Amino acid sequence: MNVSINQPAADAASSLVKPGKVSIGQQPPGGETLVERFAYDNKIVRDFAVASIIWGIIGMLVGVIAATQLFAPAANLGNQYTTFGRIRPLHTNAVIFAFVGNAIFMGVYYSLQRLCKTRMFSDVLSKIHFWGWQLIILSAVATLPLGLTSSKEYAELEWPIDIAITLIWVVFGINMFGTIVKRRERHLYVAIWFYIATFVTVAVLHIVNSMEMPVSFLKSYSMYAGVQDALVQWWYGHNAVAFFLTTPYLGMMYYFLPKMANRPVYSYRLSILHFWALIFLYIWAGPHHLLYSSLPDWAQSLGTVFSIMLIAPSWGGMINGLLTLRGAWDKVREDTLLKFMVVGLTAYGMATLEGPLLSLKNVNAIAHFTDWIVAHVHVGALGWNGFLTFAMLYWLIPRIYRTPLYSKKLLNFHFWIGTLGILFYAIPMYISGFTQGMMWKEFTDASVLKYPTFLETTLQILPMHMMRALGGTLYLLGAILMGYNLFKTMAAGKLVANEEAEAYALPVSYKPTGSETYWHRWLERKPFQFLIASLVVILIGSLIELIPTFMVKSNVPTIASVQPYTALEVQGRDLFIREGCVSCHSQLVRPFRSETERYGEYSKAGEFVYDHPFLWGSKRTGPDLHREGGKYPDSWHYHHMNDPTSMSPGSVMPAYPWLITQQLDISNTSAKLRALNKIGVPYDDLAIAQANEDLTKQATDVSGRLAKEGINVKPDREIVALIAYLQRLGTDIKKMETAQK
Amino acid sequence: MSIIFFMIGVSLMMALGFLGAFFWSMRTGQQDDLYTPSIRMLLEDDAPDTAEPQSHAK
Repeated sequence: MNVSINQPAADAASSLVKPGKVSIGQQPPGGETLVERFAYDNKIVRDFAVASIIWGIIGMLVGVIAATQLFAPAANLGNQYTTFGRIRPLHTNAVIFAFVGNAIFMGVYYSLQRLCKTRMFSDVLSKIHFWGWQLIILSAVATLPLGLTSSKEYAELEWPIDIAITLIWVVFGINMFGTIVKRRERHLYVAIWFYIATFVTVAVLHIVNSMEMPVSFLKSYSMYAGVQDALVQWWYGHNAVAFFLTTPYLGMMYYFLPKMANRPVYSYRLSILHFWALIFLYIWAGPHHLLYSSLPDWAQSLGTVFSIMLIAPSWGGMINGLLTLRGAWDKVREDTLLKFMVVGLTAYGMATLEGPLLSLKNVNAIAHFTDWIVAHVHVGALGWNGFLTFAMLYWLIPRIYRTPLYSKKLLNFHFWIGTLGILFYAIPMYISGFTQGMMWKEFTDASVLKYPTFLETTLQILPMHMMRALGGTLYLLGAILMGYNLFKTMAAGKLVANEEAEAYALPVSYKPTGSETYWHRWLERKPFQFLIASLVVILIGSLIELIPTFMVKSNVPTIASVQPYTALEVQGRDLFIREGCVSCHSQLVRPFRSETERYGEYSKAGEFVYDHPFLWGSKRTGPDLHREGGKYPDSWHYHHMNDPTSMSPGSVMPAYPWLITQQLDISNTSAKLRALNKIGVPYDDLAIAQANEDLTKQATDVSGRLAKEGINVKPDREIVALIAYLQRLGTDIKKMETAQK
Repeated sequence: MSIIFFMIGVSLMMALGFLGAFFWSMRTGQQDDLYTPSIRMLLEDDAPDTAEPQSHAK
């Protein structure tokens, strides 16, 4: 059973091992071993595969709807639950955690069993994992359109769901490590290392970034404020890309690509090397999302440096994948699955070269907040994650159903329409991003902004947005055809739910010699202890770091005139969060002349100290709002929210008429202030107790001002709170200037 | 910016955890053979024949 295909290499390998030790993968000399029979669990693989197909189609459909709204706002159906701000997080969550997430579990559950030569640790845990994950996705589908969101990108779900995610992730971890412990193959194939890194890192990221103070069952505030929240969020956000969209897919690439091509990976040595390099470098790159923000410069530079270094291990993976097909390119011509893999790997290579380039400050200055970033992530998502997922599904389903694929023609068609979809998506978005980025920065000879009206720059790129929606539609069409093709395949075959297999029992470890004996064996035989030991180390370290953080007063440079939001403004801010305004409007003026001319004074760290969560945003479909306060009269905002085109003809912002009719929920005002107080916002007891009195007073003032401008709106309507918040934005430092004069 | 020290701490702990895993893999011989695993994974799916499982002395 053991491989000795390449005798010289095997000899070389065994000669590396000290006498008395037995190289991994070899039977101990003279040992007697038993062939054991067992069955792989294919049912769980099938379940995750079906979930991935269905959620993938739904997630991409929501994406197409969201993309359409960006040039035809009417595509939100005039319904508050389906506006861009609310379905954009639905799209990202559905494609990342539902489509890709289920595909990860499908690939891991299939390959881990075979690489470890054992069934999954526990069928019960597998089932809990599967149904738990689907329930989490359903709860996201139920909450996000309702505006129940933390507003932190890719971590929008509210705190009870965060806890559920943690629990299900632990279930997945126990099931995975349990399988590794009872493996019959001592060597952990490189794919397993990628899976382990995925599990550990995502756990830590999710827990740290989801620290929040609950107000009620479905409302909470991020524990961190302003710059600190931004740093934690993008440490998470970037590593979610690294350890949810990259490492598990590299692991699966190392399993499925050799299987599909029926040849070993180009260099196993390189795969190990780039694995360790990748995980050590990735965790430091997050701050490149905050270049030119009020994050300290050294932290920004750290992010840039590590991002540049990441080119090496990322390309190590791409090159290793592509070179696996060396001498077999004739197969690529014949085999559509390999075509998917080649396009996927190429997209990975492009995205991981572009990422480091985007983290150079001079490139970032143009690209940040534009469609360029959207193009960048979609090359990775559609090319790398999407195409690898499709290839795995097409490879797996016929195998576990013991039947050929229903239609090869459809498969081919899917490949071409998918590739065209990526091109139609990415190219217009690059053009659009570059165009808008340059327009924002362009000055005339008279040294004034050439395009002082933001809307001009938006209208310029509308044709590109239409083409992007077309590209997305082509890609979605491909996914639907895949669903049809695969469900037909399933109907034609019969699932081998339990696939018989046999393997030698794992021999009782090798014999350690000399000083290495005890600890060595303890760790070797007991990965659980090893895991617990490392978690304890992580916890101790975290506590040592955490306690001073919360005991010592924050050392963000404070600005005396920056005060906490009033009760009404807090409610208005929560409406801003509920409607997902941050999806299109940043609140961060970067220190460029082009931005200070357009928006006003650049943003200072001290202005955000009471912002739980931060709302800097990552994309400007509309203008920045950090200096919005006092820019327009209240009535302008009223009309603009009721019908944006009345104030800005041609605007693609949706109308929010429900803000004018709906009554503001003030039942929780005190609870909100109390929660914010617990995490460091200085509201005194009186302010908390009288929250609603203060709120009503300010609301009446706003309503009175609106009445003077001829608009009659009751003070208890949502629009009043939102206007109060918008008029407050970025004004506190102006008070200081006034005081100095 | 106290959070930055916390972040560095957490990141360092993760890096140390991975470093520990790396040493574990080196010391237990996980990476002694960097060739055959790539071949072996290709051969694992053979369906067992119908013969009874047997004791196998090497």
